[in-house]
Amino acid sequence: MRTSHQLPRLHPLPVRLMHWTNALAMIIMIMSGWGIYDDYVIIPGLHFSEAFRLGSWAAPSLLWHFAGMWLLAANGFAYLVYGTLTGRLRERMLPIRLRELTQTVRDTLHLKIEHDDLTVYNAVQKLLYIVVILAGIAQVITGLLIWKPVQFSSAVALLGGFQAVRIAHFIGMSVIVGFLLVHVALSLLVPRTLWAMLSGGPALNSGRRAT
Amino acid sequence: MRSPFRPARPPDPAILDDHRRLIRLIERRGILRGGLSLGMLAMLTGCDVTSEPAVDKALRLVSSWNDRVQAALFDPRHLAPTYPKSMILMPPKFNAYYDITEVKPVDASTWKLELAGLIRDKRPWTAERLSLLPETEMVIKHICVEGWDYIGGWSGPTLRSFLERVGADLSAKYVAFKTADDYPSSIDMATALHPQTLLATKYAGAPLADPFGFPVRLRMATKLGYKNPKWLTAIEVTNRFPGGYWENLGENWFAGI
Repeated sequence: MRTSHQLPRLHPLPVRLMHWTNALAMIIMIMSGWGIYDDYVIIPGLHFSEAFRLGSWAAPSLLWHFAGMWLLAANGFAYLVYGTLTGRLRERMLPIRLRELTQTVRDTLHLKIEHDDLTVYNAVQKLLYIVVILAGIAQVITGLLIWKPVQFSSAVALLGGFQAVRIAHFIGMSVIVGFLLVHVALSLLVPRTLWAMLSGGPALNSGRRAT
Repeated sequence: MRSPFRPARPPDPAILDDHRRLIRLIERRGILRGGLSLGMLAMLTGCDVTSEPAVDKALRLVSSWNDRVQAALFDPRHLAPTYPKSMILMPPKFNAYYDITEVKPVDASTWKLELAGLIRDKRPWTAERLSLLPETEMVIKHICVEGWDYIGGWSGPTLRSFLERVGADLSAKYVAFKTADDYPSSIDMATALHPQTLLATKYAGAPLADPFGFPVRLRMATKLGYKNPKWLTAIEVTNRFPGGYWENLGENWFAGI
């Protein structure tokens, strides 16, 4: 007979390692990005306080950004390969049903936040995870284009020019920061989820496919 | 000798199985607590992670690695987009490590461009002799590391034609520049030989104005703004890494776009 710890867990070790590596990389990229942003702002009047910037001025912020990018891209690539090969991405995020989505939103607005079974993601959760993964991929692409607008001049022209790509990179950051605020707030509201991302969480039902 | 505190008959190992989960949980909590304490300790020391010399050194090491990645990404045949002359910004944007009011104009009658390093003909050049070289014109985007950009029209001999003419060793690694405003700079040879790398003497068809590098400055379509020194006074071809003004302060050296 298999004991509980032999069953596949909600978050297998590779997922937990990649999750926290990504958390570190994202914080480095966001905070150093705010340091770079401040020299030529996109939204007039919007500056990021020095307390939230990584790097004492633009050059160290750039050093952080262009070091953190390797960690973010390598870890993100590993996650997508792992999630695709194990089928985890498809199993956890799909399908999303519209009725389920509206129901979850309605429940949430009635302050009915239930999360008894951590192993099942609700429709809003699934949608948010997909959006933030796509935003992460978009950030890598727009980041590469801002770094090399001449080498990739056709792609930059396709997206509307250098400044348009810069704005797209800024919007991508805003989406990720928005996700981060909701994500962290909800994990603190339901601390079992935070604990699960550290320890592996509950075992998946034996009927489920191992991931 | 057997410990007198040990029971004569050891307990059934099977009871461990019933409590394995609990034991693992306790161990994990210990690790978590330990991790938290370590984090607390790091915070108590109050050190700013970004100003640690070791951190700075590691980041600059990655920056040097990024130089090599960029050299590999650089396609010597790929041309930067060019624009119609009607889009040229007048006057160009001024940018330096000091204000435009502090610009010290160069006197063209006494000005000389010195040559050094792996160059056969090191005779200095006068502004007049330089103006006799065939010109190339390009209307390109200037992109600053800060994020702003503008379209400018530059003309002058290509750096490639100049280096060929003075018999420079084109297999050397670097081309370094000295300027009248004490702004040393250097680039890789592949970029120096790119067709959109000019020794610019004119902007929008007229001789450069004083704040923009009269009589000659470097202008490249494939690098960030700060890699384009103004008021050149010397060019050196070398295999020894020369660095540069901002680069020595932590900006990336290759800075290709």
